[in-house]
Amino acid sequence: MGHPEILVIDDETAIRRLLEITLQSNGYSVTHAATGKAGLIEAARRSPDLIILDLGLPDESGHETLKKLREWSSRPIIILSVHSHEKDIIAALDNGANDYLVKPFRTGELLARIRSALRGTGPEDTRPLISFGAFEIDLSARTVKKGSESLKLTATQYALLALFGRNEGKVLTHQYLLREIWGADHIDQLQYLRVFIAQLRKKIEKDPNRPEHILTESGIGYRFIGEP
Amino acid sequence: MFWSHHFVPFSRISKMSRKWQYGISMLVLITISAICFALSPYMAPQLVAFILLLALSLIAMFFDILPVLLSALVSALIWDYFFLLPRYNLRVGNTGDRILLSMYFVIALVNAVLTFKIRQMEKEARDKEEKAKTLKLYNTLLNSLSHEFRTPIATIIGATDNLLAEPSRLTGTDSRRLLTEISRASMRLNRQVENLLNTSRLESGFIRPRKEWCDLRELISSTIQHLDEWIGRHLVKVEIRKGFPLVRLDYGLMEQVLTNLVYNAALYTPAGSTIRITADCEDENLIIIVEDNGPGLPPAEIDKVFDKFYRPELARTGGVGLGLSIVKGFVEAHSGAIELKNIPAGGARFVIRMPVEKLSIKQTGKWVTPKY
Repeated sequence: MGHPEILVIDDETAIRRLLEITLQSNGYSVTHAATGKAGLIEAARRSPDLIILDLGLPDESGHETLKKLREWSSRPIIILSVHSHEKDIIAALDNGANDYLVKPFRTGELLARIRSALRGTGPEDTRPLISFGAFEIDLSARTVKKGSESLKLTATQYALLALFGRNEGKVLTHQYLLREIWGADHIDQLQYLRVFIAQLRKKIEKDPNRPEHILTESGIGYRFIGEP
Repeated sequence: MFWSHHFVPFSRISKMSRKWQYGISMLVLITISAICFALSPYMAPQLVAFILLLALSLIAMFFDILPVLLSALVSALIWDYFFLLPRYNLRVGNTGDRILLSMYFVIALVNAVLTFKIRQMEKEARDKEEKAKTLKLYNTLLNSLSHEFRTPIATIIGATDNLLAEPSRLTGTDSRRLLTEISRASMRLNRQVENLLNTSRLESGFIRPRKEWCDLRELISSTIQHLDEWIGRHLVKVEIRKGFPLVRLDYGLMEQVLTNLVYNAALYTPAGSTIRITADCEDENLIIIVEDNGPGLPPAEIDKVFDKFYRPELARTGGVGLGLSIVKGFVEAHSGAIELKNIPAGGARFVIRMPVEKLSIKQTGKWVTPKY
């Protein structure tokens, strides 16, 4: 792959210019569009490696653009928006966005999210081994090792950690995690998640009070980071 | 003009629907007339007239003009029919009584109209006062906003002018310092905008906590992590016992509460001070304490800190004075209360007390087993 191409759909010239400078100087090639319609056309014509999408577009809601994009494209989409309301963010993630950042954002954060979204490209991560920090998850043997020692986890703790491992860098909403681990009948039982996240942090974080791997996305869900 | 200020419950009467106002005023007239009627062997009809006028004045104080006018008419008829001789008909015996009856009617009307006018004037005065208050608040807001926004904007404009105009005259260190100032100023602006947005959310009354089960330890630690770049020179200690139950709170609102309290503590204490966060449960209440070992507050200012736009005298650092009023608003949205006290040994202590539902971690054993 040469320079990964990023399509920026945002109506603010200042933001487009900022992103163009930031992204180009970090080795990406950039195209942009100022409206949802133009964005869809650009996305179809150039098939970029990643799309950065603003939710407040002049011609249609970014949520609409997102849905239309997701009808045919599985490329990573990062939402960039001034709306910091949890509902908005959860809706975007449910509609297939890979990640979100609220404006104003820090450049370092944006670049990290782009790297992690590009890494996860592909329909499903099928690696049998996922390693992070001093740990290694063996998905086929359903075990987790710390160095050469095996880490004792309950079935639920393992399921949660494996799910995180397969979705590294991605925000997983509370509802998604509950549905995947406990089933659709339990998507409101946030208490399950809180308890098991606390247990898991105790086992894999150096300091459970300053987690580096399982990060809280307040009001939305959790994000797993392999290498902080 | 005293009544509506002092007799708060009565002001509610005047907001009653017209139907009720008619009913109640008639009931009052009939009751008083019946009592007078029972006592009529001992009372002159003129005395009854005065008593009815008194009742009418009271009715006029609280009710709308139409029920009052109707009451004036009805009371005149009652007086004529039941009390004025000859009784039990509307005829009036002599000229003196005829004059009395017309006088009664005129006094009743004037009474009703005057009281109504006074009430209207009073309402206008109140509206005016309210407007003046709003205007004053608005001016305070504008003043502190223009200061709080212009300072960082001035920094940004000044620094960028320097960087753009003569880049060659600046040393590398100078450019870096200017860029750092720009970055700081924009973060300060961002924080102010955040506070303004939260204040307007509170003002609009739209804050309804979206309560969900929260791990308080997680809430506190993620708050501290987000504040890293502001509290780097302070020591933050968290005290929360093992096996602390889950509590039902609005995660986002409470994160904002803790953020503002910890940020505030870091802002007003010297570098190297300790900020201590303690959580505990007491009966049905959750207690969260945020305290520092800084200089504390002048006793005279303690009551004012939660007021909007309050800034401590001699404040050296920025802030529009919205942070703590937001804290108070969000805590109250959870039906809780917050108080500030100086610690005798030095420092300020904020104590939040709010009723919460709890879920013991031990109960989690009974939960459904996952799909796996």
